[in-house]
Amino acid sequence: MDLFEYQGKQYFARFGIPVSPGGVADTVDEAVAEADKAGYPVVVKAQVQVGGRGKAGGIKLAASAEEVRVHAGNILGMDIKGHVVKRVWVEHASDISAEYYASFTLDRSAKKYLSMVSARGGVDIEQVAEEEPDAIVRTWIDPVDGLSLEHAREIAVAAKLDAEALDGAADILVKLYRCYVEGDCDLAEINPLILTPDGRVHALDAKVSLDDNAAFRHPEWEEYAATVELDDRERLAREKGLQYIGLDGSVGIIANGAGLAMSTLDVVNQVGGRAANFLDIGGGASADVMAAALEVINSDENVRAILVNIFGGITKGTEVANGIVEALNRVDVKAPIVIRLDGTLAEEGRKIIAPLLSDRLISQPTMLDAARTAVALAQGSK
Amino acid sequence: MAIFVDDTTKVIVQGLTGGQGRFHGLRNRDYGTKVVAGVTPGKGGQDVEGIPVFDSVADAVSATGANASFISVPPKAAPAAILEAAASDIPFVVCITEGIPAHDEARVFNTLLRDHPGTRLLGPNCPGIISPGKCNIGITAGEIAKPGGPVGIVSRSGTLTYQALYELKQKGIGVTTCVGIGGDPVPGTSFIDCLREFQADPATRAVMMIGEIGGSAEEEAAELIAAEMDKPVVAYIAGVTAPAGKKMGHAGAIVSGGKGTAQGKMDALAAAGVTVAQNPTEAGDRMAELVARL
Repeated sequence: MDLFEYQGKQYFARFGIPVSPGGVADTVDEAVAEADKAGYPVVVKAQVQVGGRGKAGGIKLAASAEEVRVHAGNILGMDIKGHVVKRVWVEHASDISAEYYASFTLDRSAKKYLSMVSARGGVDIEQVAEEEPDAIVRTWIDPVDGLSLEHAREIAVAAKLDAEALDGAADILVKLYRCYVEGDCDLAEINPLILTPDGRVHALDAKVSLDDNAAFRHPEWEEYAATVELDDRERLAREKGLQYIGLDGSVGIIANGAGLAMSTLDVVNQVGGRAANFLDIGGGASADVMAAALEVINSDENVRAILVNIFGGITKGTEVANGIVEALNRVDVKAPIVIRLDGTLAEEGRKIIAPLLSDRLISQPTMLDAARTAVALAQGSK
Repeated sequence: MAIFVDDTTKVIVQGLTGGQGRFHGLRNRDYGTKVVAGVTPGKGGQDVEGIPVFDSVADAVSATGANASFISVPPKAAPAAILEAAASDIPFVVCITEGIPAHDEARVFNTLLRDHPGTRLLGPNCPGIISPGKCNIGITAGEIAKPGGPVGIVSRSGTLTYQALYELKQKGIGVTTCVGIGGDPVPGTSFIDCLREFQADPATRAVMMIGEIGGSAEEEAAELIAAEMDKPVVAYIAGVTAPAGKKMGHAGAIVSGGKGTAQGKMDALAAAGVTVAQNPTEAGDRMAELVARL
């Protein structure tokens, strides 16, 4: 789960990482009130989870309440790359002497934590990584050891941060590490981490991605989950407890297992079609789950054909077939369905479906055949 | 021959008294796996259909001489269960638990590396391992695998693993061992660990590898194949059409910052001399052709 900037800053603050005084606002009046509290000048920042906010006019400096009124009015409701701005973050504008970069993430290859620190902050770090790889100091941290203040200071020195920033940066690195580990982040990133003319170091931005698997020990994450931006199909799927990702093709996909679902998307693409979604119904394929999956796919107006790709391992083909039959009784499916049922007891399963077969419900023996049929149906009915 | 587990493997099931542990533990025993004990704290002295249950792994090991553990406990309890098995010097631990936080996985992996180098962890969030006809630990349906050889399988995906086993069986091709390493960010056992074992196993004469988007494990496998393997490898990578920035079901399956794409992985494998198939069926066909020439 990715946090908005304001949520990231609030999360940072829990771990003692200094951020600029500020607040979140949904209306122009609230924005002015937050600006009055933070102290002028302030920065008004659009809260969207997409890069390039500044260039799109979503980040503005305001010296007075009048200016906040104008900028917040413009930014709220603004469309930034398809994301409509519903909230702004208003914070006291900082004077900046230097901009740094700091982050913690998992290096899956080394199976250790990776800290990246650079004196070249404030810009796209991937660009820095490409153009000046030596400007980023990479340090691998063993999760068993953790990060000491001493080690953090060595990293700051190695990254060639300004001398007056070293103590503050080391302190923030240790706190950011705690936020990353104890806060169960997949990514904790500060860009820029700034040095002010009076020698203080603090986080001017916050990019935090949380590990959904750790939600059970973070009841406080519920408020973040409530603000996750989903399209209507994804929201319906979430309510039904399905692993669903909306895409923009015309072939609806239902498969069991993440790998098989991904593979089904690929095969549809290989035979000239495009998938409307990724949907993994998991190991079991009960009538309830199948009905829920068909309902979600049904809600997608772009879907012209549905491909159900099930491989029975533990799940028996007969159970899957019964689930499909029952689901079809419950849901009035708009698009034709192509079913590929294989694996354990698949033949018996296909016999159960056989009486229902028609030009609206077609059975195919292999994944490739099923994909070809589904794509032909989707394209024929355009 | 086989890798990691065979007919001498004696398995304890941590969580045997739970719903999943009982279901799969008994299925594994029905398959012929030597399931010698269960472990559930507080339930020592009971039994599950004749399998004795102990309070601790240490008790179970000293009573039965078990040399493998099958962990099927909830995500909250799994890290401690893995470390308990390691502390009892169990050399091979299979954890099927899905949904363990990444930081717990990273901490457990590095603790094993440092304090328990004699323990190999398979998983978490994996379907398990089967050496057909000898030993089945985990959730694979044993009947879809043909015993014998000459093919070894290693896979990051559960259902695609079953698909591979099934396709090979349909073609009359046997499997030495099929290892599901799981789709999480910090797997205890990687492709390269399995490929090395398959290279060393005389009964395995060809390897099928099933990868997916995310991370760089397939690229590392390609390097190892080029440097250390002379046995032929057929690979399939799922997720060519997966959009960047979206987790595709598995916690590890995500393309981020342009890294971990299926195409990049396929290119790396092809450059290492691997036969790269475009879909699971083609992978089965390529393997059948290859086996016919062995």
